[in-house]
Amino acid sequence: MANTARDPPPEQTDFQELEDEEDLFPELTVTQELQFLPSTLSLYQVDREEEDGHPTLSTNSNGPKQDSLFDDDPEDLFAEATEEVSLDSPERDVLLSDGPSPAITPITPPISIITPRIGHDDMFTHSSFDEIEEEEGSDSLDIHISVSDPEKVGDGMNAYMAYKVTTRTSMSLFKQNEFSVKRRFSDFLGLHSKLASKYLHIGYIVPPAPEKSIVGMTKVKVGKEDQSSNEFVEKRRSALERYDDRKQTNPVLPKDPDVLQFLESSDLPRAVSTQALSSAGLLRMVNKAADAVNKMTIKMNESDAWFEEKQQHFENLDVQLRKLHVSVESLVCHRKELSVNTAQFAKSAAMLGNSEDHTALSRALSQLAEVEEKIDQLHQDQANADFYLFSELLGDYVRLITAVKGVFDHRIKTWQKWQDSQVLLQKKREAEAKLQFTNKPDKLQQAKDEIKELEEKVQQGERDFEQISKTIRKEVSRFERERVKDFQTIIIKYLESLVQTQQQLIKYWEAFLPEAKAIS
Amino acid sequence: MRSVSVDLNSDASLLIDIPDALCERDKVKFTVHTKTTLSSFQKPEFSVPRQHEDFIWLHDSLVETEDYAGLIIPPAPPKPDFESPREKMHKLGEGEATMTKEEYTKMKQELEAEYLAVFKKTVQVHEIFLQRLSSHPNLSKDRNFQIFLEYDQDLSVRRKNAKEMFGGFFKNMVKSADEFLISGVKVGLQEKMFLLDYYSKIKDSTTKAEKMTRSHKNIADDYIHISATLNTILYYYIYFIYLQRLEGRVASDQELKLTELLRYYMRDIQAAKDLLYRRARALANYENSNKALDKARLKSKDVPQAEEHQQLCLRKFDKLSESGKKELTNFKGRRVVAFRKNLIEMAELEIKHAKNNVTLLQGCIDLLKSN
Repeated sequence: MANTARDPPPEQTDFQELEDEEDLFPELTVTQELQFLPSTLSLYQVDREEEDGHPTLSTNSNGPKQDSLFDDDPEDLFAEATEEVSLDSPERDVLLSDGPSPAITPITPPISIITPRIGHDDMFTHSSFDEIEEEEGSDSLDIHISVSDPEKVGDGMNAYMAYKVTTRTSMSLFKQNEFSVKRRFSDFLGLHSKLASKYLHIGYIVPPAPEKSIVGMTKVKVGKEDQSSNEFVEKRRSALERYDDRKQTNPVLPKDPDVLQFLESSDLPRAVSTQALSSAGLLRMVNKAADAVNKMTIKMNESDAWFEEKQQHFENLDVQLRKLHVSVESLVCHRKELSVNTAQFAKSAAMLGNSEDHTALSRALSQLAEVEEKIDQLHQDQANADFYLFSELLGDYVRLITAVKGVFDHRIKTWQKWQDSQVLLQKKREAEAKLQFTNKPDKLQQAKDEIKELEEKVQQGERDFEQISKTIRKEVSRFERERVKDFQTIIIKYLESLVQTQQQLIKYWEAFLPEAKAIS
Repeated sequence: MRSVSVDLNSDASLLIDIPDALCERDKVKFTVHTKTTLSSFQKPEFSVPRQHEDFIWLHDSLVETEDYAGLIIPPAPPKPDFESPREKMHKLGEGEATMTKEEYTKMKQELEAEYLAVFKKTVQVHEIFLQRLSSHPNLSKDRNFQIFLEYDQDLSVRRKNAKEMFGGFFKNMVKSADEFLISGVKVGLQEKMFLLDYYSKIKDSTTKAEKMTRSHKNIADDYIHISATLNTILYYYIYFIYLQRLEGRVASDQELKLTELLRYYMRDIQAAKDLLYRRARALANYENSNKALDKARLKSKDVPQAEEHQQLCLRKFDKLSESGKKELTNFKGRRVVAFRKNLIEMAELEIKHAKNNVTLLQGCIDLLKSN
């Protein structure tokens, strides 16, 4: 170590420089990776078609194939999404015989990643083409509802949060085009219970109301103005808004008088029976338990395979969504941890910079600390996006699926009712036949009257059953369409949030770079 | 793996690298390969198998050599630590039943990559250690170093002997080193305080950087689970596979540049502290020898020995101080340059990744929108 007067020349650094080849992840240029996207997508499509005959996203590369398959409903972009060609159908052969698109080249890693699992129960199950005739029009009513301005009203344990519900619409159903009312959480719950009792049992999927949280609400009541209670209020506000939104896509709900009253009238009778600890609340819990038991004991002879398949499908979807929800919650948690760790590192780097006696290095370290602090804020914002966009969406859908399953259960109950009255009718007929041989004319007449009543009941029961079955079919296909659209929209938003984060990161690091270079 | 460009004097008389390593359970066997033009070696090119403990033996013997008291001995490479990936692999095995086959495969792949990364890193640090020795004018000529490079038998026999000789002595020295330093020996006070303070700060930064990296890895793992589950629900999971790679890459680069940088210099500073310690000790010896001389003069007994001893101590101290000063200045220079290089590279990598990610994500979004 001869010349210590000068700083040693650059070659004498003793820290490793890793070249790209040694990057732990195989390094593809960006264009290469992008090329993977469309071609893997079409690869994926062909893969899936070959293995389990599932439909594909309508990308242009496979256009002609799809036209021959599906009812070409130009408005309904997702018609294909709700269809499946079963493994044995002739259409499948058409797909296969078209031969692989030129996009299939031996590209290895993405294929191994994206090869779908064979034989798993997919969400698309069916070959009936009736569903896609559903008009797209009914799904987009011109009405927008927003929930905003949470305001604390009152004090102590009687306090509550009031939310402003604003409706913007051009529909003639309403007296004005834009109006708002103040509503509290129990109002939403009251509305929901009314709608549920009116519509669920005839097969409409009524979106479930956001969950009650006694702990969260108490904190707010007691006046804790801290981070968690603010978050709680925001969480609730956005949940209420989503709830309102969802109602609008249902064909009957928006026109329901209760809904109209909820949106329009300035005064709403307080919905008392929604209190969690009230007797009504307990009754509800008991009923739910009873329902659960009943579900297990009714065994219906399912004549319609569609329903069986759909039920299975929703069971699976339920499981998967719950699992996904758990993973996303874990993501949110880890992202928050990352934010905390980044902030801590920033502080530590700042202290290190202070200790450093080489001026330029000291300044660079302080700059590094500042960059990391900004990145910490980015992580926090990203965690919020993770949560509000992704996690809450999943939570909503888990609850929605429960509502869907409830609707299926109601159908079974309706069937049971019908069967019961049929059995009763049979008994009465037998009894009447017996009565024919006795000499009791009034009893005979009574029996005949009862039989007539029962016959009507049976007919009504059959009608009800058919009606609910029909409604459910429509509702389910609407639900599936909505779901795909919903997920797509949210995922796009989520990806956009990620893009924003990355762009900010670029800005921060580009600002830091000259500082690092200035060390000498 | 490319060899490090380390303190390469224009002289390529001694080139060392570790081209190969084997991992058996806990033990890593390194193949140390030497190419030399020096006549002190028997052959111009040769390879020997070495274990981690052999490196430690070499390091310790250098530290305990009096002649090198005035030098910063390069820090010993840390023991290969496969604990983290092994534990994760174990957990993965336990949780296999709850995952889809795809999820499991992907997680396993990630763990294998992590395992490989740990492996590569440990080879790297061991290599750097040897290369710093080989480019040091004094240390490269050390006898034990030569034995380490050349001796084609198992070193463990020699190691055991050495341990018996030095045994607890060295451990005691290290223990009291910090107390000694802090106990107010007024030698190079400023330098000492700086190093102590810097050491604690850099240690803290290292820990925090490691935590950050772990968080990134956790997020990457989450994306694996998410994408696997999404697979059964939607076909957009493809995009989440990429997301997972985004996070995984950030984690690995950050790990490499930032965390490794901090970790390495943390150990280096420890080595510098040791140098200061030795100097402080030498001064103490000198002061003691002075006192002994005064005593001897008072009693008029054994004066010449005392004088000689005092002179010896003085010479030692002077030599230590001089070489120590050079070493520390050099060290600072090296540190500044290394920080600069790695901070620049880290910033450039972050920018590159972020730009790639934007393009990728934007492509995904456009695809989704067009459907």
